[in-house]
Amino acid sequence: MILLWMIVLLMAGGVLAWLAKRWHPVLPRWIALFAILTDLILACYLWLGTPTAVTGSSPWLVRLEIPWVPQWGVNFILALDGLSLLMLLLTFFLGALAVLISWREISTKSGFFYFNLLWVLAGITGVFLTMDLFLFYFFWEVMLIPMYFLIGVWGHANRNYAAYKFFLFTQASGLLMLLAILGLYFIHGSQTGIYTFNYFELLETTLDPLAARLLMFGFLAAFLVKLPVVPFHSWLPDAHSEAPTAGSIILAGLLLKTGAYGLLRFVLPLFPGAALEFAPWAMLLGVVGIIYGAILAFSQTDLKRLVAYTSVSHMGFVILGVFAFNEWALQGVVMQMIAHGLSTGALFVIAGFLYERLHTRDIQQMGGFWSKAPKMGVIALIFVMASLGLPGLGNFIAEFLTLVGSWQANNWLTVFATIGLVLATVYSLRIMQKVFYEPAPTDRPLPDLNARELLITLPMVVLILWLGLYPQPILDTARPSINQQLEAYQEPEVEEKKVVVAEVPEVELGIEKMSE
Amino acid sequence: MENLLWLIPALPFLGAILLVLFGGRLPKSLLSLIGVGSVGVSALVTILLGFEFLAERPLYYQQEVWQWFSVAGFTPSVAFHVDALSMVFIFVITFVGFLIHLYATAYMADEADFARFFACMNLFVGSMLVLVLADNLLLLYLGWEGVGLCSYLLIGFWYKEPANGYAARKAFIITRIGDTAMAIGLFLLFQLFGTLNIQTILSDAPQVWPVGAEGALLVALLLLGGAVGKSGQLPLQTWLPDAMAGPTPVSALIHAATMVTAGVYLIARMNVVFELAPLAQLLVAVVGAATLLIAGFSALTQYDLKRVLAYSTISQIGYMFLALGVGAWSAGIFHFMIHAFFKALLFLCAGAIILALHHEQDMRHMGGLRKSMPVVFWTFLIGAGSLAALPLITAGFYSKDQILWYALAGENGNVWLYAAGLAGAFVTSIYTFRMVFLTFYGPAKTHVSHPPGKLITIPLILLAILSLVGGFIELPHNFGHLVLFSELLQPVLPAIEASASLAANEWLFQLLAAVVSLGGVFVAYLFYIKSPYLLHRLMHNGLAVRLQQFWFAGWGFDALYDNLFVRPYVFLANLNKRDIIDSFYTGLARTAEGFHVMLSQSQNGVLRSYVMGIVVGAIMILTISLFL
Repeated sequence: MILLWMIVLLMAGGVLAWLAKRWHPVLPRWIALFAILTDLILACYLWLGTPTAVTGSSPWLVRLEIPWVPQWGVNFILALDGLSLLMLLLTFFLGALAVLISWREISTKSGFFYFNLLWVLAGITGVFLTMDLFLFYFFWEVMLIPMYFLIGVWGHANRNYAAYKFFLFTQASGLLMLLAILGLYFIHGSQTGIYTFNYFELLETTLDPLAARLLMFGFLAAFLVKLPVVPFHSWLPDAHSEAPTAGSIILAGLLLKTGAYGLLRFVLPLFPGAALEFAPWAMLLGVVGIIYGAILAFSQTDLKRLVAYTSVSHMGFVILGVFAFNEWALQGVVMQMIAHGLSTGALFVIAGFLYERLHTRDIQQMGGFWSKAPKMGVIALIFVMASLGLPGLGNFIAEFLTLVGSWQANNWLTVFATIGLVLATVYSLRIMQKVFYEPAPTDRPLPDLNARELLITLPMVVLILWLGLYPQPILDTARPSINQQLEAYQEPEVEEKKVVVAEVPEVELGIEKMSE
Repeated sequence: MENLLWLIPALPFLGAILLVLFGGRLPKSLLSLIGVGSVGVSALVTILLGFEFLAERPLYYQQEVWQWFSVAGFTPSVAFHVDALSMVFIFVITFVGFLIHLYATAYMADEADFARFFACMNLFVGSMLVLVLADNLLLLYLGWEGVGLCSYLLIGFWYKEPANGYAARKAFIITRIGDTAMAIGLFLLFQLFGTLNIQTILSDAPQVWPVGAEGALLVALLLLGGAVGKSGQLPLQTWLPDAMAGPTPVSALIHAATMVTAGVYLIARMNVVFELAPLAQLLVAVVGAATLLIAGFSALTQYDLKRVLAYSTISQIGYMFLALGVGAWSAGIFHFMIHAFFKALLFLCAGAIILALHHEQDMRHMGGLRKSMPVVFWTFLIGAGSLAALPLITAGFYSKDQILWYALAGENGNVWLYAAGLAGAFVTSIYTFRMVFLTFYGPAKTHVSHPPGKLITIPLILLAILSLVGGFIELPHNFGHLVLFSELLQPVLPAIEASASLAANEWLFQLLAAVVSLGGVFVAYLFYIKSPYLLHRLMHNGLAVRLQQFWFAGWGFDALYDNLFVRPYVFLANLNKRDIIDSFYTGLARTAEGFHVMLSQSQNGVLRSYVMGIVVGAIMILTISLFL
């Protein structure tokens, strides 16, 4: 029941926040903060309350099933495993920050703003929790519409264009997923006579290769656009740069992660054969994304657009890792989802702080801020370093594990992905150079971070350091569900290990031959 | 004592954290205390540990602080491993680091960003210690990247000058290229060994690979990629001269004594892998030999005092690579230690001069400082002597002579490597004493305004003593025969045997080295003191001038890389700034809009045109049905 409450709380909080605007203008933000923090506490309670080292048996920690439209086989199924739990923690954490960041930034229609914010979060929560494909599609759409409003109403100058673009891309790709869901539904129904959207039952479906391929592409369409993977990425820079800061955080930190989550949760276990077939191409797409995104990020002059393209680059690691099909890579992917959510979120937060002070996002007009705002400088430095993958910060663990895993699958693609780290250095240092180094173009004072802003950024610093120095709790939480997703692929991996072990005696033989 | 191992890197980290958190609020005296004290205590712990190590002579001390993470059998720890090799490095890092920190309190005294400076310095020392103490390659990589970050921050310390920022970026990016090769090496090592633990890899490697195995070669080459990046060796050496944009104590600590020798450490640490890949090891020697010559000639032509020292550092690290490459492992490490003493000394002296002359770095504007700055003169002279390897009295002679000897007489040595080393020694001696004569002799050109205080001279004197006596712990076996240093490293690094046929004549080669070194001093004396007209005459020769310009520009590497990589990349990136892929989608939207305009024009409400449309349509349908 606790899972249902988390979603209901957000939805009800949203409605209440909208209504509360009439009673008092500051009420909506307090209500929103309260609703999200309560959810965060609930999620933490679930995390600390369940022993992470659940050995064997089921990876599912909590499960709720209520029949909804029985004649169509639609059930209200919410289930939580380690992966979902981690995603929920990230959702509520970033959600709370999004409220805090909007504290002063949003003054017009604030009731409606918090309504939308909470409903996006509710949609995301639903996506991470539901194990019924009908419901999944429902929540997928619930995320979309409030986000459209967040961009279109509270965004920057070119917001309408960005909002439409975002909507069309995600909607069109979502429809393809809907078709694939229906296809799966009917195939399963005709095979077994039971028409159901239940994820656990659909997992048992046997598909002929062609059907599997087609259905997989339906799902992939939605997830690859959301992730986004080059060449379906072009909605992202517009949406990110035009959205208000809270919107950018949610987009980068959470919405993109639903794509990654979808790949892990649905594509891998539902279509193992087709996924194996598609893997080299998917990894290639990842590498292209890493490099293409990095080159584009380097040339941008709009700070938010720059950070947006870094997301394209970083998400390339996700698809690279997912299609490597081994535990290292998948753990890396999960770490990347969390670490990227924090680090890119933080960079958008800093871009937001700068915009509030300067009313520009153009880095040509910035410079020399280190002396004016040293606290901001230190924090920006930490997240710029996170973004270029400095060891000791969470993103390093993520990228290193992903690459270690993908190396086992494909050497050359991994080499090119690793070269992406150099390009990441190039664009990341450009941020530092243009914003914090060089002489200041104006003498206008730039106030350093205030208490509220430190309250937002310091927890992010602590978390990114924690992820980098002691990520084990996260890895332990994710492990059971990762192994679950990999179940269909276990066999080749075991063989691989045997090969590694068997290599040693072979080489020894080689020595003997040589000495003879 | 052994249990306090973790304190050695932890103390500087703690100092850095304190300085970041409270740096803005504390007075300078307290900031100095934290900044210098943390490294000082760390040095003290190191020295105590060192005594225990020398007394007990264990193979190593090991301490696991925590398990970093564990994924499917990949279980790197934050664990420290100190054996003789690491011991030498941590001694140099903490002790020389401490002296440089002490010096910096005076050097940076007028700086507003005092706290930021010491925070970065402490962070650097901590990362460097992690690098050399790490028991697995992933933790080593953490230190490796950490020192890169600090180097970036400190080169760009005076960030308001755009050039400094660019120099900082250049350093970070170029070393990162090497790091990427190293990272790929780590993936490969993990795939083959299932672990990144250094000792496990070293002990398993001979079982996995026969000598000359392809895997060993690949791993060695990739690690070498990391090493040349960090250590400023060919072909990734171009960042180091520009790195001199940082404050001088930074150049002394990071870009002379410690960080740039990380590559030497890495190769020495992974010696088993390199011995299994003779081709890669030969490449190490060739890279070293080529670099020491190229950088040496560039040093000859520089006017900026710090740039001469920078090229000299590149060149001296070339000697270390040469030593490692010919299998004279302990000679390479010995030269690292002696080099750390005298090069830090030279940089600190240069800093004292620069400070005294109002941040003047051009040697053409110096001169006559012998009288006005006697302490700096004498200590600089000692450092210069050691760098030029003046025979018998300086430490540099003993360390460099060993390298030259094994470059010829070692198992992997040959006459070409020896010739390169000898020629390099001659050039070294010339540019070193050119520096001495230009700076300290001749007429004074700039007034000394800021004579060095005690905090500056004490580190100079201590380092000068080490630059003299440091060599006496390892004497050639034909006179003195003292092998304290190589004996210490014996359990970690393989020993080297000199070829028997040459061994009888070792004194001849020592004599040659001594003559070459003194000859270089004489040439510098001839050109810069005795008969300066020779230099003028040389500068009127067209070929000499062109050569001088070529060497001055670092053999054109910068221009080459600019044209080959930097400009095309920037050009391409700017060309695609608006993202070509997006134009497909906007094209799609435009097409839809076009249809919208076209079709909405047909909905104009004029009856005439509707009738016309019906008629035309009817005719078309009729035609089609008639003819098909």
